[in-house]
Amino acid sequence: MGVVGIVALAADRLTLNRGERNLFTDLSFSVNGGEALILRGANGVGKTSLLRVLAGLTMPDSGNIFLNNTNVKPLSESSRQHIHYVAHANQLKDELTAEENLSDALAIDGVTTTLETRLDALNRVGLLKQRQVLANKLSQGQKRRIGIANLLLNQKPIWLLDEPTNALDADAVTLMLAIIDNHLTNGGLSVIATHLALALNHPSDDLTLTEPK
Amino acid sequence: MTAASPNKPDFQPESGFIVACKRDLKLAMRSRGELAQAFVFFTIVVSLFPIAIGPEALILKRVAPGVLWVCALLAVLLTLPRIFQQDYLDATLEQLALSRYPLAAIVGGKMLAHWLTTGLPLALLAPVIGLQYSLEARELFILMLGLLLGTPVLTMLGAMGAALTLGVRGGAMLMALLVLPLYIPVLIFGTGAVESSMAGLDAAANLYLLAALNLFGIITIPFAVSQAIKISLD
Amino acid sequence: MSLFKYSAPSTFYPLAGKLVPWFGTLAFLLCATGLYLGLFVAPEDFQQGEVYRIIFIHVPTAWMAMFIYLVMAGYAVLSLIYQTRLSAMMIEALAPTGALFTALALWTGALWGKPTWGTYWAWDARMTSTLILLFLYIGYIALVNAIEDKKRADKAGALLVLVGSVNVPIIYFSVQWWNTLHQGASISVSQGNKMATIMLVSMLIMALACWMYAIAVSLCRVRAIILTREKNATWVADIAEIKGMKEPR
Repeated sequence: MGVVGIVALAADRLTLNRGERNLFTDLSFSVNGGEALILRGANGVGKTSLLRVLAGLTMPDSGNIFLNNTNVKPLSESSRQHIHYVAHANQLKDELTAEENLSDALAIDGVTTTLETRLDALNRVGLLKQRQVLANKLSQGQKRRIGIANLLLNQKPIWLLDEPTNALDADAVTLMLAIIDNHLTNGGLSVIATHLALALNHPSDDLTLTEPK
Repeated sequence: MTAASPNKPDFQPESGFIVACKRDLKLAMRSRGELAQAFVFFTIVVSLFPIAIGPEALILKRVAPGVLWVCALLAVLLTLPRIFQQDYLDATLEQLALSRYPLAAIVGGKMLAHWLTTGLPLALLAPVIGLQYSLEARELFILMLGLLLGTPVLTMLGAMGAALTLGVRGGAMLMALLVLPLYIPVLIFGTGAVESSMAGLDAAANLYLLAALNLFGIITIPFAVSQAIKISLD
Repeated sequence: MSLFKYSAPSTFYPLAGKLVPWFGTLAFLLCATGLYLGLFVAPEDFQQGEVYRIIFIHVPTAWMAMFIYLVMAGYAVLSLIYQTRLSAMMIEALAPTGALFTALALWTGALWGKPTWGTYWAWDARMTSTLILLFLYIGYIALVNAIEDKKRADKAGALLVLVGSVNVPIIYFSVQWWNTLHQGASISVSQGNKMATIMLVSMLIMALACWMYAIAVSLCRVRAIILTREKNATWVADIAEIKGMKEPR
């Protein structure tokens, strides 16, 4: 899967408070094409919030985000062209089948695909037999795999993943890591919040968020 | 492996609008039962008034425009949480916000889908129910026209209220509180149209005013609602 | 520009504190003057006798109800464009006073209505519009109180006030329209077609008094809001009122 151009994502002195809690202050880092940044830390320490700030969904109290060395405003056209965010929650519609969910998620993102392509992706994640099953009848692991199929087909270079291996069995975890590796090989970058040790074949930095004293 | 087009794709708002509209229509069709509830509600509440006020035809005819409009308004209000609530809960709203299509276009598509599944059928149903109130054919026709022109505004203003109150405690009631005062102009012009018709006068002025509200809403509200969604996602 | 220095809560807090007594005193003096002129100096109304004198509270409060909403809308624009927290806090500080004036206008209107129309509420166009304005105030207060995250509450409230203010002319127009359709009642004070100058002057003075009061009270309220929001900030621990409140060991 081709990724357009070299991309770089940088955070410049991000500060975020949630209510009275300070989640992070003056946080700066950068991730380039072909690299991954792993976010670590206890539950509730702010990993999801940081991902959401990078995605532009949450506004930081201060600080900037740079995309390819250009300052971007949250949810600007530029961010939306480049950023794909996989939330902790299943981003699925119960009333749609597995294949329809995949098709819909891609369509709303402006990605046109053919039925064959989608079925091929579903096959790769082991959901071909379940393609006509309504999402609310799928197991949690199967639901997450639809998200993986989406990753196979969407064209955005920056992946922000919140606990991507959540509810996946060992095979699916291997598949997920392979897909992330492939993405990095193609020049994409990824920021991943996770508990687990992720064995990626590409350079990855760790960023651990801690509770404020 | 992907079917991406070789030239740089441009993400026209119109396409986003259509995609979002089709998506919501498909979802609505899958929960048809839930949709129908609004119309059943409308029918029941409209029948409550003659039971409460008494069956005198003259009195019913006098209150008909107001009663029918208020019941339609409440029925629409009941269906409003559907626009964004589920998307908010299953985090697909984040996908919509990060779409390469502008959020305002997606919001517009969702609002159209909402109207097609609530306001439009309600406008077509109302004249039939309005027969219970001894309204004449011409008056029922004006009622329907008014609802056709007014319900899109109700959807749009309602979407604004829904977007502001996503995930908030007591959301549905709070949304009603915010939205009902804003509904008042639509109520006034809609009932005014039917009453003018009943008085033998021309209903056109009221209908034009509804059309004007509609136009103003279409231009301003999708953008405002997309801002409200971004605020709620924060 | 030096004025922007005051857009930080920590610098605005002491400034507001110094201003409150001035506005409070002005409010008191203007109110005393206005009431004296209105109740004792202005002549009896041609048709309504002494009862009409309630307009010296009714009309200024109705004007202020509308004016405060517009000021809130102004702060809403500032807050959404410049993202200044203080602008959003000012909206929150003004809203209860605006709602109070609206309620007062409605109440005095009802008291006036009884002797003039024979009923407390006669759905006159202005009163109906004022009632709807009260709903808009209550809606804002309810929304801001229901949202726990202050950042989100500020932005949502500001957007709501903006939407409301765009709708206010539409609502007022539609209520006028409705009133003409239904030939509703309408209050006015008549001296033929002109209102005696002294009456107008008294109303203006009372309006100014209400305005000074609104400023004084909102500044007080915004100080309380600032303290609540910034209670963990270092500058808060240093101010006199807080130092005196140190918990006993």
